[in-house]
Amino acid sequence: MPSSTIGPNSNPPIAKKPVVTAKTPPVKNKLVGQNYTTPDMIAKVTGKAKYAEDFRAEGMLFTKLLLSPYPHAKITHIDASEALAMPGVKGYITMNDLPAPADSITDLGVVIKADLRGERGLAMEPVYQGEPILALAAVDEVTAADAIERIKITYEPLPFVVDPFVTLRPGSPNARVEGNTWMRPPAPEAKPGAAPVPPPPFDMGEIKWTEEEFQDYAAGKMPMGKPADQWTYGDVDAGFKNAALVLDETFVTPNTSHQCLEPRTAMAYWQGGKLFMHVGTQSTAQTIPAIARWMNMKAEDVVLITEYTGGGFGSRITATVQLIIPAVLSKKLNAPVMMRISREEEHYIGRGRPSLTGRMKVGFAKDGRITAVDMFVVCDNGPYNQAGDTAASGRIVSMLYQPPAMRWRGISVLTNTVPRSAQSSPGGMQGITLMEPLLAKASRQLKVDQVEMRKINAPEGKALFGPPVRGKRPYGTSCFIKEAFDRGAEMFRWDERKVATGKRSGTKIRGIGTSSSMFNAGSKGFDGLFVIKPDGKMYIQSGIGNLGTENFSDVHRVAAEMVGMPWEKVELTWGNTSKNLPWSCASGGSQTTHAMTRAAHATAMDATRKLQEIAAKDLGGRPEDYELSGERVHRKGGGAGMTLAKAAQRAIDLGGEYDGHELPKDINKMTVASAKELAGQGLMGVARDNYPGDGALFSFVASFAEVEIDVETGNYKILDFLAVADVGTVIHPRALGGQILGRSMLGIGHALGQKWVYDQHLGTALAKRFYNNKPPTILDAPVNFQWAALDIPDPETPVGARGIGEPPVGGGCCAVLNAISDALGDEIFRRAPVSVDMILTSIEAGKPVTEPLTAHV
Amino acid sequence: MADIQKPGADNQQPGGEKRGLTRRDLIKGVIAAGAVSSAGYMFRGSAVRAQQVSAPGSVERLITLNVNGQQRRVDVMKQETLATTLRYKLGLTGTKLGCDRSECGACTVLIDDVPHYSCSMLTHTARGKQIVTIEGLASADGTLHPVQQGVVEEQGFQCAFCMSGFVMATVGFLKVNPNPTRAELAHGISGNLCRCQDYEKILTSFMRGAEIARGGQHA
Repeated sequence: MPSSTIGPNSNPPIAKKPVVTAKTPPVKNKLVGQNYTTPDMIAKVTGKAKYAEDFRAEGMLFTKLLLSPYPHAKITHIDASEALAMPGVKGYITMNDLPAPADSITDLGVVIKADLRGERGLAMEPVYQGEPILALAAVDEVTAADAIERIKITYEPLPFVVDPFVTLRPGSPNARVEGNTWMRPPAPEAKPGAAPVPPPPFDMGEIKWTEEEFQDYAAGKMPMGKPADQWTYGDVDAGFKNAALVLDETFVTPNTSHQCLEPRTAMAYWQGGKLFMHVGTQSTAQTIPAIARWMNMKAEDVVLITEYTGGGFGSRITATVQLIIPAVLSKKLNAPVMMRISREEEHYIGRGRPSLTGRMKVGFAKDGRITAVDMFVVCDNGPYNQAGDTAASGRIVSMLYQPPAMRWRGISVLTNTVPRSAQSSPGGMQGITLMEPLLAKASRQLKVDQVEMRKINAPEGKALFGPPVRGKRPYGTSCFIKEAFDRGAEMFRWDERKVATGKRSGTKIRGIGTSSSMFNAGSKGFDGLFVIKPDGKMYIQSGIGNLGTENFSDVHRVAAEMVGMPWEKVELTWGNTSKNLPWSCASGGSQTTHAMTRAAHATAMDATRKLQEIAAKDLGGRPEDYELSGERVHRKGGGAGMTLAKAAQRAIDLGGEYDGHELPKDINKMTVASAKELAGQGLMGVARDNYPGDGALFSFVASFAEVEIDVETGNYKILDFLAVADVGTVIHPRALGGQILGRSMLGIGHALGQKWVYDQHLGTALAKRFYNNKPPTILDAPVNFQWAALDIPDPETPVGARGIGEPPVGGGCCAVLNAISDALGDEIFRRAPVSVDMILTSIEAGKPVTEPLTAHV
Repeated sequence: MADIQKPGADNQQPGGEKRGLTRRDLIKGVIAAGAVSSAGYMFRGSAVRAQQVSAPGSVERLITLNVNGQQRRVDVMKQETLATTLRYKLGLTGTKLGCDRSECGACTVLIDDVPHYSCSMLTHTARGKQIVTIEGLASADGTLHPVQQGVVEEQGFQCAFCMSGFVMATVGFLKVNPNPTRAELAHGISGNLCRCQDYEKILTSFMRGAEIARGGQHA
């Protein structure tokens, strides 16, 4: 039950600190907090939902890609004469046909400098095996594939590296001609008397560590040389000096592919100077400027059709740059072009989460309280843009475990492996996984209960995190993870189970584990747009991507609730930017629920004010004498009023702002263009979210797992899993539950077996299809799999809701890891995933035997 | 609970589709009922080769398939997979290609009531058999199959790219075991992958679907 009120005429609870506790009595909303059937459901379940590959256009050509067989090479010659002579072959493009990287300007007038190091989509100097070099179009796919085989390319192989610790050694090869890491170039010296020059932005460069710094490597401990970035707060040395226990542990998290079930297929055609693009993306509105930037064209000339997207998980927040291949081919050949991506190609261009190897030194007081953290992470960054994971890992650890003193150091090392992107809880998942096994070990050594250990170190209220920014440490909006642990421990019967755990029965041992988890969960400043028409219906425009989270629909129930519109009378339009959609947030970083419920709230407030004014004009009195309910605007407490249908007609008669002929000055230009198209059709609600909000947005999860391990086979099964989430107000319970358990399971995959395998000598990927790099199946899912949400509204946002996609991931992985060590002890694993062979060999040897630091094994 | 069902796929809106190709333009040439375009979008079968004269002893090209209760004439290359024929010749794009190699199950269809990966089955081997795809489950009046209804009631699946394959696998499994336990059902459909990892809700949906199929009340 929601404990927040969202209703017509309710004052938006945007006061700084409303008193909201877990005990606030539940208020029954009609829509918010209730289950319903999403408007995409029937189309999905009947097979009518159209994803990118389901579209056809007259005269459509197919393109196939030629992929680099080398992890790093320079192309010196291309001979396509034989391919071009084949009947049915229409032409090909290389990087030289792609729009050159150019500066672009955001709506706010900020210049984004051209990305000269980034991925172009096709490469003349491929920097990973599988990188697309050339795309050829033909009348059908078989002809295109045959033609690709007849193209002769001359390569000049270049040095390569697939392991970050290899390239950090002195005299070792670099992944890129530009260097082996992302680092800040030296700051220019400030002129005498002038203000210090701000540090220059990160660029590619070279950092090598010394042989002495590598001495720890042989002992399985992560070596620590010069970092590319670092920060500190508090007195770290004193923290360690005062500690009752200091642990110094090395842990390796896996690289994992996103493996969206829908590959990065894309279809493009041009008409009337406009580019029409069919592609899966996590975000609808925000993919338009991305395409415009990649294509070096105007955003107004891009039309995106993306009603359905087959998963994202961070790999296509604004789709992927390779979508420009069919767009450029289509322009060149003057025909629609379909680029169907195979599963193996998807492995190469489908993105992956970067592995972080971490060395964590953590001090604890006798009661389990953390006194200091010294964290050093080495990121296996891939060949292109700097992964945000490296920096995020430190901030998340700082927030989630609240060390009073902390130093973080990091380096994002370039490797000739598949390009990375954010994956659900980027950096958060890895940071939590570097920390949690160590915390479990400390609990055992200090004899502090695992749940208590996490509670005593948990953030609370407006908890501080990270290093000072302009002299002040930032803080979150609210945190109730302690309450989540209390609720979870009760639901999981933690105290009861912990008595029985660790005892062997036959060949089997059970273990229980718990984990803290969190990630970012919101942004602000986006627009909403809807029209109430004289037919009495509410037409809501959604610029949010439909990637499976159901946010594209869920958040708009806030607006319907506030206007008092039954959901049956709401018509939702989404997924096609020619259909007048408003500027919306990117659906990445779990920001949508927070950002777009705020926009929906602001838009409903705008419509409410207009309806009240119309009623006052026609029926007398002041606007504030009127309220909305039962599809009417009427005098408070009953009396004179009119239907919303009538008010919509009156809005058209009145014109001006009422029917959208005058628009707010602060809305985005995409919203302006859409609103202008819809003006004059009824009463328009249109607004930008200008609500305040004090603090950074995070959501939290307390996770619990019980595993049963067969010590003779090494197999283990997750018997029980529970995740209790602190995500603010619940908007759509079933969708929320799907996110909590689905993303917990994504995290569990990192514990169970997902990783990459590379041939270290050839630099080629070995695990590149589902069968050798398999996401968890339905049989891997915990037998008993439960979720709960505290439903405590966030005090810093009018609806009280925050995001949930990413926060459960770290807890999914770590509750399982901690359950394994609970059953088998601390000497089993130093890296994830924990495979069957790792368990068996480690039990036999009495210590972890897996090669400690080698990447991709 | 106020469940609403809206035709999300068509999502026709006033003012929409006025720029660019119309929906009809997009699909014409493929979805033509009965007659099938012979050269336009053959996928595994090359349009170039299609113009060549069949060699002696080669397989018949123009065959009849029974799909969703209808006889469909279709021009099929001998090496063509059923998924390709369904998607690119018959316009039945509800069957998805997730891997094209029997790894994910997104392409699952029923052949004589038995679930098959259509990506790994030659179309010619389906001649004379009853093929049912996701498009063939609901009644002509739009009444959903109980398994589909279970998904709707429980909000099963997230991105739903795997959904048609999972639904077909479940429909096939329930024909053999109409009253499974949760574990039996999970085992029965374990040849399908859901990357959104929505397995808990998927199982709940299908258990509800099985209940409806056995005569349980619709919610």
